[in-house]
Parts: sequence; C-alpha cells; structure tokens
Amino acid sequence: MSLQHIERPVTIAAHDGRTSLGADLPRLANRAVVRFLSRYGILIAFLAIWQVSSSAGWVNAAVLPPIDTIVSALWNGLVGGTLLGDIAISLQRAGLAFAAAVAVAIPLGLFMGQVRAVETALDPILQVFRQTSALALYPVFILLLGLGEASKVFVIFWATLFPLLLNTISGVKQVDPKLLEMARVYGATRLTAFRRVVLPGAVPSIFVGLRLSATTALLLLIASEMIGANRGIGFQVMNAQYNFQIPLMFAAIVILAGLGLIANQALVSLQRRLCRWSNPID
Amino acid sequence: MATTGGGEVTIRDLSKSFSLGGRPLAVLRALNLDIRSGECLVIVGASGSGKTTLLRILAGLEASDSGGVAIDGKPVHGVGAERAVIFQEPRLLPWLTVLGNVAFGLEVRGVPKAEAEDKARFYTELVGLAEFSDAYPRQLSGGMAQRVGIARALTVQPEILLLDEPLGALDAMTKIGMQEELARIWSEENVTVVMVTHDLEEAIYLADRVLILPREKGGTARLVEVELPRPRDPSEGRFVRYREELLREFGLH
Repeated sequence: MSLQHIERPVTIAAHDGRTSLGADLPRLANRAVVRFLSRYGILIAFLAIWQVSSSAGWVNAAVLPPIDTIVSALWNGLVGGTLLGDIAISLQRAGLAFAAAVAVAIPLGLFMGQVRAVETALDPILQVFRQTSALALYPVFILLLGLGEASKVFVIFWATLFPLLLNTISGVKQVDPKLLEMARVYGATRLTAFRRVVLPGAVPSIFVGLRLSATTALLLLIASEMIGANRGIGFQVMNAQYNFQIPLMFAAIVILAGLGLIANQALVSLQRRLCRWSNPID
Repeated sequence: MATTGGGEVTIRDLSKSFSLGGRPLAVLRALNLDIRSGECLVIVGASGSGKTTLLRILAGLEASDSGGVAIDGKPVHGVGAERAVIFQEPRLLPWLTVLGNVAFGLEVRGVPKAEAEDKARFYTELVGLAEFSDAYPRQLSGGMAQRVGIARALTVQPEILLLDEPLGALDAMTKIGMQEELARIWSEENVTVVMVTHDLEEAIYLADRVLILPREKGGTARLVEVELPRPRDPSEGRFVRYREELLREFGLH
C-alpha cells in the first residue's frame, strides 16, 4: 500500500462546464468592475477630489492646477516633443548608472558572499560608504568629475551600487548550507555547487536589490538634475517651477512617477519569470 | 536496475570525539563492524550515542579521529560516487521541479541532461510521484518531498544508501506508509542500506540487523539479527518480542 492517494492535493474544479458563457458574461463583467474598483478606487477618488477642488477654487489653482490642465500640459510636452529630449537624457543617465551598478555589484557581491575573508575585509568600508549619503558626496564628485554628465552618472551609480551589492551578498550567504552539503554528497565541485545551488538561491535576494536600486536611481537622477543641469526631467521640474509653468512642472513629476512604475513593473515581471518556483511576490 | 554485488563496508577501530566546552567528548570508541553487501543495517541508540556521527563518517562528510572505513576493501576518504545519502530533511532545490531534483545527482556528476532525466523519470515513478514530475517542492507535502529525496538518491544507483532518520520529521500516518515503501524499494533495488533511526519498531520492520550503540561511555555496541520473514507485521508475537529485546538493551525494560 502506498499513501500517495491520501497525499494527492485535492483540486476543486473551477468551472463545471455546464454554465453557458452568455449567462456568465454580465456576472464576469460585474466581478471585473468590482476588482478594478477595489484596486484603483482610492486612486481615482484622489484624482477626482483634486480635480474638483482645483476647478471649484477650493485650493489655489495656480499652485495645484486641475488634472485636465496637467494632462494637457503632459500631452503637449510629449506630442510637441519638448519633454521627449528630457526623458531621453534622463533615461540615459539613470540607465547608464544602473547598468554599471549591476555590472559591478552582482559579480562583486557573489564573490564577497562566497569568500568570507574578502567580505570581512571589505565590510567596514562598505558600511561607511553606504551610510554616507550619496547626495552629500555629490559636491565631491562634481569637484572630481566636473559639472557635466560624468558626475551625474557617477552619483547615481554610487547610490544604486550599495543596495544591490548588499542584497547580493546576503542572498549568497542565506543559501542553506544543508543544500550545499547535499550537493557535495553528490560530488559537486565548488564551481558546480556555486552554479547549481548558490546562484539560483541568491536570485530572489538579488531582485530585491535590483528593485531598491531602480528606485534609488530615479531618486538620485532628479536630485542630480536639479543641480547644474540644463536638460532632463529633474531639470524640467525645477525650471518649470522657476518660470511658474506649474502644469508643466506637474507633467514632469507625472513622468517621473511613470518611469518609476514602469521600472518596478519590468523588474517584477522579470522576477516572476525567473523565480516561478518561489512564492508569488507582491 | 540493480547494482552488481559490492557495497561491503568494513569499519575498524573507529573513534571520534568532539570538543565540548574545551573538553573532548568521545562519541564513538574503537568501533568494529562489518556491513554485508546488500543487507539493511539499522543503527539505533540514545541521542548522543553517535549514530548520526557514524553515518556522517560513512558518508564522508566527517573524518574520524582514528581507525577507518573501507568499502569493498578500499579505504574511503571523503564522499564517493558509490554512496548516496538521504537526510532527515528532503533538502530539495526549490527552483527545480520534482524531476529536476531527482535528476540533480546525476547531472552534477556530468551525465547528459536527457539521460539523467530518463533515469530520474524511472525512479520518480518508483516512489509514486510520476504525475508530480513538474511540480515544485513548495507544492509538495512533507512525505512527498522526502520521497523526492529518496528518488534522487536511488537515481545515482549507489552501492550503499545511507539514511539519517529519513522519516523522523514525518507524521505517524505518513511514516507507516513510507516504511512500507522503503521495504518494497529495498526488495527491488540491490543496495546496501545503512539507516539511523530512533524508532525501534521502524528498526525491526526494516532491518536485517540492528546495531545498538551504547548509551554509556565504555559500553559496547551490540548487534541484533532480525530473523523475521518479510513483509513483517508489527503486531505479530515474534515482532513484539524483538521490540522487547531492544528495549531491554536500552535498559528500559
């Protein structure tokens, strides 16, 4: 006798196949509306209150312009092309810095997580660097690299490096030693164990680092573009405010929020793809 | 799918002690034992009697202080392809499917993926998990996960299978089913089995011989031959008498 019959998970049929699609359709549509509202209801209400209070004059419309004005400024900026150049240069700065951080932090983190001596030797200086605000160092980078692109890219790189590096290290260190012992029993060499056990085990933690770093990259992008830039989304936010083009300022802020959401969503989808085995995220 | 002969283990003057708070604590003292090819030897003993240590030395995961182990006459150091270990926890790789986990041992040894998966499919079926081949470990119950671990060990077709309380973490119902399955698998696979347990009934149910490690320092290890026909029935009179004999050895009766 075997117990497999008992252990088999009970599956509940989702559809019994008899209900016709025609009768189901209104009910399905209803459910979709409910699901949509439960997820986006508060966001929609927030935007609606903004719109009403601004156009009804409850708040100063010059400071908080109505949503439709912001949307039209955004539309003009995108279709007219005035904001496209800014988006391109901002993406280039953030993308370059992020790519460099990935190229440095992941290999270094994998190495540091594996070799205790290296980690012990480098940890104190990493902690000091990490706790020093990248923004506080920005003037230093400007002195060293000038006020051009290099210092901007470098300050973003600097700030994105640490979340990724530290999460990669902890991902490697969190790999269950019992799994490594299991691999050893089957004759795995150190390299094989790294490739087959350590690396896949560290991936979820690396993704946590990637998502943190992506957020940090955008944050530092704006800060760096607010100092000594003449192009870029961050520059546009400041510039529009100086010139009192408030709808344009909000349009630039909306673009930033959009970039953040897209970056995060892209990483979440990639993680879902690579980590189908782990628990569903968010 | 049977290995031919082999799997004879000779243990000579094996000693091992650990340092506990700066003082050496002997867990194994000059142990001598011959494990026959193809037999099922079950090691029992109180906690701290060194049964897991002995198994880990046999596995090559720990070194002895003195004395040694030979397999088919050849002294062993470290892990080896003729041995496979089943741990108390299944130790599955969560990012591999059931089939991937079962094939892992062979793939690590450089067997081409297709060939490894063919063999893995056979043993996945043998442990009754064929329809869960594509499931991930987090979708499995404890008993199913442990069966994946067993299939992974069988897939490399070892001469000697070492089991460290493999059913210790399972609930009573699952455990009984698994004991029956292990007995069935041993009868199909020609392999020497060395298993550690603290469950005396499990020991009598599965073992050809039971090795009882002494509780007190200076005591001697004892071997009990279990001469019962298989399949064994734990409620049968002679089975019960074996249990009493083992309990006496433990000084509990």
